[in-house]
Amino acid sequence: MIIGLDVGGTHTDVALLGDEGLVREIKVPTDPSDLFHTILTGLEKITEGISPGEIHRAVLSTTLTTNAIVQGKTPPVGMIVSGGPGIDPEHFRTNEHYFPVSGSIDHRGREVEPVDADEVRNAAVTLQKQGIRNVGIVGKFSSRNPDHELKIHDMISTSFGKMFMGHQISGNLNFPRRIATTYLNATVHSIHKNFFEAVKRSLEEKGLSVPIHILKADGGTMSFDSSIDFPGQSILSGPAASVMGAIAFAPDGEDCLVLDIGGTTTDIALLINRVPVLEPMGIRLGKYKTLIRSLKTRSIGIGGDSLIRVKGRELEIGPDRMGPAMAYGGPSPTPTDAFFVLGKGKEGDKARSLQGIASVAAALDMTPEAAATKILDQTCQNILAEAQEMTDRINSKPVYTVHELQEGYQVRPKTILVLGGPAPHFARRLEELSGMRVGVVPRWHVANAIGAALARTTCEVTLFADTQQEIAASPEENFREMVDRHFSKEKAVKKAYELLRKKVLQTGGSTDDLDMEITEALEFNMVQGFHTTGRNIRVKVQVKPGLIYETDAVAEKLLAGI
Amino acid sequence: MKQAPLPLPDCRAGAGAGVEIMLTAKYKTGLVFFPAFDWAISPTHPEREERLLYTQDQVIEEGLFDIEGITEFKPDLVTPQDIERVHFCVPDVWGVTTESHLISAGGAKTIGMAVLEEKIEKGFALVRPPGHHAMRMVHGARGFCNINIEAIMIEFLRAEYGIDRVAIVDTDCHHGDGTQDIYWHDPDTLFISIHQDGRTLYPGSGFINETGGPNASGTTVNIPLPPMTSEEGFIHAIKHMVLPILDEFEPDIVINSAGQDNHYTDPITHMNFSAQGYAELTNLLRADIAVLEGGYSIEGALPYVNVGIILAMAGLDYSRVREPRYDPDRIRQTPDITAYIEKLGKKVLEFWGQREKIKSQLRGTKEFVERTRNIFYDTDNIIEKQKETIRVCDDCAGAIRMDSSADRGAHILGLHVPIKACRKCKEVARQWYESGRKDAFDMVFLQDRTEDKYERSER
Repeated sequence: MIIGLDVGGTHTDVALLGDEGLVREIKVPTDPSDLFHTILTGLEKITEGISPGEIHRAVLSTTLTTNAIVQGKTPPVGMIVSGGPGIDPEHFRTNEHYFPVSGSIDHRGREVEPVDADEVRNAAVTLQKQGIRNVGIVGKFSSRNPDHELKIHDMISTSFGKMFMGHQISGNLNFPRRIATTYLNATVHSIHKNFFEAVKRSLEEKGLSVPIHILKADGGTMSFDSSIDFPGQSILSGPAASVMGAIAFAPDGEDCLVLDIGGTTTDIALLINRVPVLEPMGIRLGKYKTLIRSLKTRSIGIGGDSLIRVKGRELEIGPDRMGPAMAYGGPSPTPTDAFFVLGKGKEGDKARSLQGIASVAAALDMTPEAAATKILDQTCQNILAEAQEMTDRINSKPVYTVHELQEGYQVRPKTILVLGGPAPHFARRLEELSGMRVGVVPRWHVANAIGAALARTTCEVTLFADTQQEIAASPEENFREMVDRHFSKEKAVKKAYELLRKKVLQTGGSTDDLDMEITEALEFNMVQGFHTTGRNIRVKVQVKPGLIYETDAVAEKLLAGI
Repeated sequence: MKQAPLPLPDCRAGAGAGVEIMLTAKYKTGLVFFPAFDWAISPTHPEREERLLYTQDQVIEEGLFDIEGITEFKPDLVTPQDIERVHFCVPDVWGVTTESHLISAGGAKTIGMAVLEEKIEKGFALVRPPGHHAMRMVHGARGFCNINIEAIMIEFLRAEYGIDRVAIVDTDCHHGDGTQDIYWHDPDTLFISIHQDGRTLYPGSGFINETGGPNASGTTVNIPLPPMTSEEGFIHAIKHMVLPILDEFEPDIVINSAGQDNHYTDPITHMNFSAQGYAELTNLLRADIAVLEGGYSIEGALPYVNVGIILAMAGLDYSRVREPRYDPDRIRQTPDITAYIEKLGKKVLEFWGQREKIKSQLRGTKEFVERTRNIFYDTDNIIEKQKETIRVCDDCAGAIRMDSSADRGAHILGLHVPIKACRKCKEVARQWYESGRKDAFDMVFLQDRTEDKYERSER
């Protein structure tokens, strides 16, 4: 059996899945000041009466690292950054203990200016005096040639604890994001490691020795052991959990919107043939733009508990939330109260809802029922407008070849899947207003936990080759090989797949679950003075986000017993 | 499921602006980046797939698209009408363009629209293939160019947004003879070309006495710089020739044809300009729109020059942008060159100052002025013989008649009615068109800019 656990703002959802489908589901309140207790309680409760031997995997989606970063509660770390010419790396400063040093590598990975050993040692001495343990090292173009990062690492490795190097974090270009991502990994490392080691220990003490996997923002998982080196990957996994929970019910062979409608916000995501659309560069967390792979999601400040105001004759919904709906004792009217007025709510104080909506209705000079309908419509329309804008943006993403510009895929969703607390109430109106099919994700109240449980291990490999310099390399995978002038794109793809397979197995995947694909494969003749001097090849392959079991079977099992 | 409410409202993926960002563009800047990774003139031609590959690497690695206030746009495609507004395409638009040309011109158009709709303050179309050697009459490709992407953008903006006075500053190392040809007779378009002296480089034109036709004398300005000119010379030309003339002309919009082949590492030219120089030039010129033209030092120059130009356009610090092993002393121009350029500057301003006098000399008492030229299409190896007639006019830019025959056989008549044409010029062009259709031309084209209508009749 598999456990999926997703920590949310108010509740933590836990699901236990077995061969027969959903075995058990629970919700425990989230205590943001004691996530450890929250998670242990959730895991204990879900396994009550279950023999530990029957559980072979637990996937956790937590807010641990996200909250630590956003609240600025991460320990100080050191950053040594080698940029060379270009934008002043001071602009990319991540923290107090940040040291730009000399050294420069060009776009083809050739050294332009060496690292200055004295500068690095001086920085190290200062960092040591400041009591810094963990360090991030980042060089410009290190994903083409990691030599400078490795040199800096070797110069100072005896003086520090855990060290993170930019080229190991991602194979993609983007120096400022590489700096931010390396910093985030370094700074959440100890928090992440200590926390999950404690979780593991406690579980073991209770006789629950389960392999733990961590959910990532791209909707994939990685084993806890491999997450120690990439703790930053655990940020912002929440929206991914919900999307993965919806996937089993998405239509085959078409595009589909996923709306996770919560109390304060609605998260929008897009699936193309049951595969979520990813952010092209990486996720953004607060001021940090990163190279961390993630699903493309758009979060808007509108949900069941959004505050309703009347400004002039105009209705405004959200983006703020004052509290729960008036029906549940809240201070001001919300879309949820509108449902009560329309006779759709249960187990709440309808009279209070009516009172709240009546005040809105009076300002708009209409009946409470008409006002409630207007609120519902406008809420749905706002959500749909944002979804449309997200679709348009995906479709207007720049492309770089004539072929893609002409033949590039255009996203045209025909189905919407909704989940989250108020979702069932919104579904019909969304369908009427959008003209799309709208389905409520079965088990929507724990779909996120189910999504976490069933997400497969994902990863990406970037490989480049330069036959003039006679190299093929994937610095992220610590791979570098001499190649001859016959090395081709086809050979590069084969090699990249080999590395990807190795990587996914190391990070927690299994051989029967490798849905690999090429995301980029470019080959250029390099010409100097009208003569071809070699080939420049760039290849990216990935295991795409998806479920560990065959999708239709999952859907069938989850629907069983409903 | 929603995660814990976070203190920063914008920290979720896909959330909008409003968070603290360290680098913010002073001028909102838009970029179209279209490297056409699947298009080349031929596999080892300078205009090939690889040309903007390292520029893309550099721009992405520097994180330029992440800077607050810098936006990347997807290029639109131009329509046949957009092209016919500018060119007589023989035999037709499809015969002289590929998809890549439509996108390249489309990229410029996208940027132009974004600037005029005030989505951005400055825009740069980093597109290929280039266009500034394409003249009004197009039998094929010249100097790697088939259609003139700046002119197509400008005429589109005139048609759609009603802009009037335009200045083009062409800083490509080669004389922008195509753009010069298109605007030779247009007094509302100031065309300034700074380039390596035509006695030493393709296309062999662009001397200071080329100042425009009888209705537009002075609004073509040529600044031919000697080989080995470096930063000092270019900056002098901008400060002491281009800027004073621009000030006097008072354009609604300034376009920079931003060729990057003045670079000291360019394989097909002989200048000593640098990334720092290009950035400084961009900063001084303050063009609203830049459009990439040539530049073939694809590894050693373009990545750095483009980063410099983008930062300068956005009003950001570019002082640290430099090429590997850049040494200003090694490329510094000689005192002779400095003295030559200072003298040249005085002459250029003299021509500019005497434009009315030159105009009346060109006109004399003639009602029509003719010029006959041989035009060589080096890329496609075509020779065109062209006789151009312009009606001398005080009320508009003047009707134009082009009688053109190429050694490939086609004999063409092209007639142009300028956008603000007077009634008389319109009538004259109409008459030319009607009588031309009876004559022995293979094709007759009519460009009526007043009605935005483009006709073509074939024998």
